[in-house]
Amino acid sequence: MRRKKYFAVHAELSPRAKTLLGIFSFVLPVLVWCIVSYVPAVWHPLVVVSDPGSVSYFQVDMRVDPGTFAQETATAAAENRALPVGKPANPVYLPAPDEVLKAFYTAFTTPPASRDSPWLHQSFWHSIQIIFWGFTISSVFGVPLGILCGTYTPISRVTEPFVEFFRYLPAPAFGALAVAVLGIYDGPKIAIIVIGTFFQQVLIIANTTRKLDGALVEAALTLGTKNVQLLRRVVIPGILPDLFRDQRILLGWAWTYLIVAELIGTTSGITWFITQQARYQHFPNVYAAIFMIGIIGLGTDLVLAYMGKRFFPWDSNGKV
Amino acid sequence: MNAKKTLPSYLEQTDAVKARFDRLKAREVILEVNNLGKSFPGTSGKGEKETVALKDVSFQTHRREFLCIVGPSGCGKSTLIRILAGLETSTSGKVLLEGKPVTGPGKDRGMVFQGYTLFPWLTVKRNVMFGLEVNGAGHDEAESQALQWLSLIGLEKFANAYPNQLSGGMKQRVAIARALANQPRILLMDEPFGALDAQTRARMQAHLLEIWRKIDITIIFITHDLDEAIYLADRVLVLKAHPGEVQELIEVPVAHPRSTDQFITDEFLATKARLEELIYAKSSHDDEEELYPMMSRLAEVDDNVE
Ligand SMILES: Nc1ncnc2c1ncn2[C@@H]1O[C@H](COP(=O)(O)OP(=O)(O)OP(=O)(O)O)[C@@H](O)[C@H]1O
Ligand SMILES: [Mg+2]
Repeated sequence: MRRKKYFAVHAELSPRAKTLLGIFSFVLPVLVWCIVSYVPAVWHPLVVVSDPGSVSYFQVDMRVDPGTFAQETATAAAENRALPVGKPANPVYLPAPDEVLKAFYTAFTTPPASRDSPWLHQSFWHSIQIIFWGFTISSVFGVPLGILCGTYTPISRVTEPFVEFFRYLPAPAFGALAVAVLGIYDGPKIAIIVIGTFFQQVLIIANTTRKLDGALVEAALTLGTKNVQLLRRVVIPGILPDLFRDQRILLGWAWTYLIVAELIGTTSGITWFITQQARYQHFPNVYAAIFMIGIIGLGTDLVLAYMGKRFFPWDSNGKV
Repeated sequence: MNAKKTLPSYLEQTDAVKARFDRLKAREVILEVNNLGKSFPGTSGKGEKETVALKDVSFQTHRREFLCIVGPSGCGKSTLIRILAGLETSTSGKVLLEGKPVTGPGKDRGMVFQGYTLFPWLTVKRNVMFGLEVNGAGHDEAESQALQWLSLIGLEKFANAYPNQLSGGMKQRVAIARALANQPRILLMDEPFGALDAQTRARMQAHLLEIWRKIDITIIFITHDLDEAIYLADRVLVLKAHPGEVQELIEVPVAHPRSTDQFITDEFLATKARLEELIYAKSSHDDEEELYPMMSRLAEVDDNVE
């Protein structure tokens, strides 16, 4: 009976159940990660050396193959030398949750390696600015064009086929071109975000606009509304809640272009931080930075979702 | 239908009713429809032939007349009223509103649709203000007029509610007020109460008659509910299907003011019998018949419901 209730198609859940399941969606992957990290029997394909003993090439914290370790131990035992000590460990690229958690704090408090390099929060701020400008520039052109395409068929026909073609061109492919035109600093990075967002944006918003209930337009016509008024008084307000939802989704996509964009020209922002830390094998920091991107992204989205509810109290399908 | 007592002819009118019709016809013609035709092109490629939705439809309505249009499903009622509203163009013929040809939608013809078409992003009051504002009225003027219309339909309390907070009947009342706020010459209604439950619908009908009595408006009202048509209308225009043509324009002999008690009067029943004859007798020989196959019995032999 209960099971039937929960697994009915599009079942309505209580807010409590929704929250619990939502939390669970995070707990589950973390749990898997903990098991892999803290239960040696699960994976732990390497041995981390805590005391090299008499093995000359072993060092503290070195990770070696268990076969090699056993062999060296056996050799040392046979020759009556000091035995190396070690315990099973995961590869260095898979740090345990507690290490990453610690890195969340230390990554922000550790000064940069060289004095003119940015702190982590500065790197983040730089990335956020790239996203902001990329998304804003794209929206300034993409949203009006999308609305026009969705409203007027000739504009749609003269625009959308080309846009449809262009959106298949991978944005990073324009990297070299962007550098040639816009230099090596922020310009090409913003350009990549714009290219990656704009074409999808036009198509998505055109479609959203087309989905506006035609009966509302007809009702407005019979009330004496004329063309331009129709756009301003019916089409735009009518699609606004959906447009807002589209923009949220598109902003998420813009974030996914961030890392590629920041690799273009001089590497900057959070990408610079991540590549630096990876080079020195500070993988907890790498994970912390990646998770930070997720947290910022999800955080903005939640704030925007909340704002959407406040802006559009009449919106009856205010889900997503 | 039991013990068929002989009804008077639907053509018989009492003196009062006749006098009323004389007065009605003495009023100026508001809307004139001349030889209207509409055909929709068939889906090209598949070789389907075009659909003739309307053929040679002509009629006139006088100022402050209440005209109902009935007809079998698919006979072109919606197409006709959409042409009158200017939302659709005719293939042939003319529509004249106060002598001027109709070329597109305009504020001189208000429309209430079957579906709910209130603007969901505007409050009830702002919905009613909409027509006034797009036609150049200032905010304050539009607001005071909208509030008057809301009090006419008895929904001032809901002035600041959004449409999704209203029941279906209330939504349609607001839609009527919104259309009337523009002070159109004519109000077009396409099965406006079709989605409402029987009780709400009855109240809406009485309400609409009340509004019609109070203001200078001509109403063209589409319905497939014959009782509704007779109860509301001065005259009923009966269309037939494939192609949609005028079958008869019936003057309803039921006296005014109308009330629900009249549903069992002889004139009412006679008119209804005539309408049923026109609409159903014809369509029983129609091509629709073949669409319903004879069903083989699936229930147990001795498990009977009748
Ligand atoms: N846009 C269109 N394209 C093609 N055919 C159409 C179109 N609109 C209506 N028709 C056809 O025209 C005829 C009349 O349709 P219409 O909707 O006016 O009928 P109706 O009398 O309002 O029917 P109902 O009682 O079901 O509302 C139908 O046969 C319909 O299939
Ligand atoms: Mg219809």
